[in-house]
Amino acid sequence: MLEVLYFAWVRERIGLPKERVETNAATVMDLVEELRAREPRYAAAFEDLSALRVAVDQDLTDFDASLVNAREVAFFPPMTGG
Amino acid sequence: MRIIVQSDPFDFGHEANTFAQGHKDQGAVVTFTGIVRDNADHTLERMVIEHYPGMTEKALTKIATEAMNRWELGDALVIHRYGDLAVGEMIMMVATASRHRKNAFEAAEYLMDYLKSRAPFWKKEFLNDGAEWVDAKDEDEASLDRWG
Repeated sequence: MLEVLYFAWVRERIGLPKERVETNAATVMDLVEELRAREPRYAAAFEDLSALRVAVDQDLTDFDASLVNAREVAFFPPMTGG
Repeated sequence: MRIIVQSDPFDFGHEANTFAQGHKDQGAVVTFTGIVRDNADHTLERMVIEHYPGMTEKALTKIATEAMNRWELGDALVIHRYGDLAVGEMIMMVATASRHRKNAFEAAEYLMDYLKSRAPFWKKEFLNDGAEWVDAKDEDEASLDRWG
């Protein structure tokens, strides 16, 4: 069971800030494919991965990162702090 | 080293004073403050900053620890707000203390460069005719290159 979080316009497009996902996805990309297949709003949010960033257990990583032992995955646009 | 993430305003003068007074072996303190700037058309009504509780503190701690080690700082402070901010309000501040000014200046720039694109904050601008998320700038990403 994974906790999946969405921020900024990704949260708005999908329509919720977080959800628990039952999955056997081995990598972030596998999870993205599963989410894309769910509903059009997910497909829309994950349409252009170059516009997205991902964190696994609160560390920035890449879409080919492993989800083995992961508890939390977050998807969001490039950050705009400062 | 202090990392503070809060929605409330902070007292810049008080924070800068407290930070500067805490050191006897540091000859230089540099501070930087970021402010909500109105746009050229004066249509910005307010800004909302979203963040990722937990990761935000973790990312800021990592960035500040790197700066502390790389420039042998005596101390570092990062305060970053989230939530609703009006035009002219202070969004964030950093402060660095070092034996000599060069390291304090460089470390403050490094903190700002990394805060912009590696700390999980997202700005949304509310204009008088609608709201939009602020896009990350290519130049902000490019400015990380100079730090190697």
